[in-house]
Amino acid sequence: MTARIGVVTFPGSLDDRDALRAVRLAGAEAIPLFHADADLKDVDAVVLPGGFSYGDYLRAGAIARFAPIMDSIVDAANGGLPVLGICNGFQVLTEVHLLPGSMIKNEHLHFVCRDQTLRVENAETAWTTEYRVGEEIVVPLKNQDGQYVADEHILDELEGEGRVAFRYVGWNPNGSRRDIAGITNARGNVVGLMPHPEHAVEPGFGPDSVEGGRTGTDGLAFFTSAIKGLLARAS
Amino acid sequence: MPKIIVDVMPKPEILDPQGKAIGAALERLGLEGFREVRQGKRFELKVHGEITDEVLAKVRHAAETLLSNPVIEDVVSVKQKECGGGGCGCGDATSADAPEGAVPVDGRDLLA
Repeated sequence: MTARIGVVTFPGSLDDRDALRAVRLAGAEAIPLFHADADLKDVDAVVLPGGFSYGDYLRAGAIARFAPIMDSIVDAANGGLPVLGICNGFQVLTEVHLLPGSMIKNEHLHFVCRDQTLRVENAETAWTTEYRVGEEIVVPLKNQDGQYVADEHILDELEGEGRVAFRYVGWNPNGSRRDIAGITNARGNVVGLMPHPEHAVEPGFGPDSVEGGRTGTDGLAFFTSAIKGLLARAS
Repeated sequence: MPKIIVDVMPKPEILDPQGKAIGAALERLGLEGFREVRQGKRFELKVHGEITDEVLAKVRHAAETLLSNPVIEDVVSVKQKECGGGGCGCGDATSADAPEGAVPVDGRDLLA
């Protein structure tokens, strides 16, 4: 069996091609999905990619959340389908209430684009089993509306249930509450994060690492985690 | 053409980085004396025909689902406004859903 992982293209998605490529490099079949088509094409997992769906009009992710495909994704996610939201995809997941909280403009108002160190806080989600808790990874980060906010009660609940999946290390690039870079739902199948693991999957095109310039591939394990989980379930 | 105006503001406990930047710009312009600036959004919905209770209910639903995100924003008012065309500076707005303690808004141009 080869795992089939879908990537949704919304009007204004930017990183859908990179996400499809990451899926292929990780060893799965990459299936392009379209916002206006409710058909999930029998995929085993879905990635909501980064970008500026609908130009970030109204609020980031606010209009994409009402796309026909999102109804299918919400139903499937509630049934356990692994869903990964990256950057704008994370914003869509909060707008559609698959994940709590929301993103507002970066505290310092600047667009940030840098290689960002993250600490893995939960290595049991569908997208993080190939990491170790406490492991530090470097993946690109690029956003304008990346400040994660939620009320204190929700934040305490996320912390208490181990649902903070990733935290910023060294510098909090957007003012996110409690340095949160990514979170998961209670079941662990839905994960959202602001940084971009799909841009750190192939030597020569990733962040700098100790091995040399642009050699970083720390993002690949998101996709291999999902594939491993899917194959284990199928066997 | 009758219009419904929906005002949305960031929740008081949510930091408003844009408002903060605007406040700093005011100070740079020498316009001092403002303690805080917060930036919100105003939506104007033109209505086909009369504004009925059904229409207002639809607008409230829209305000809570699409126009605002209740995690970070409050719908602070939903007002209706009769407009005689042109620049729409006409008065006669009635508040349909003002929260407690809100300053009554009567549609007047406050700068006039």
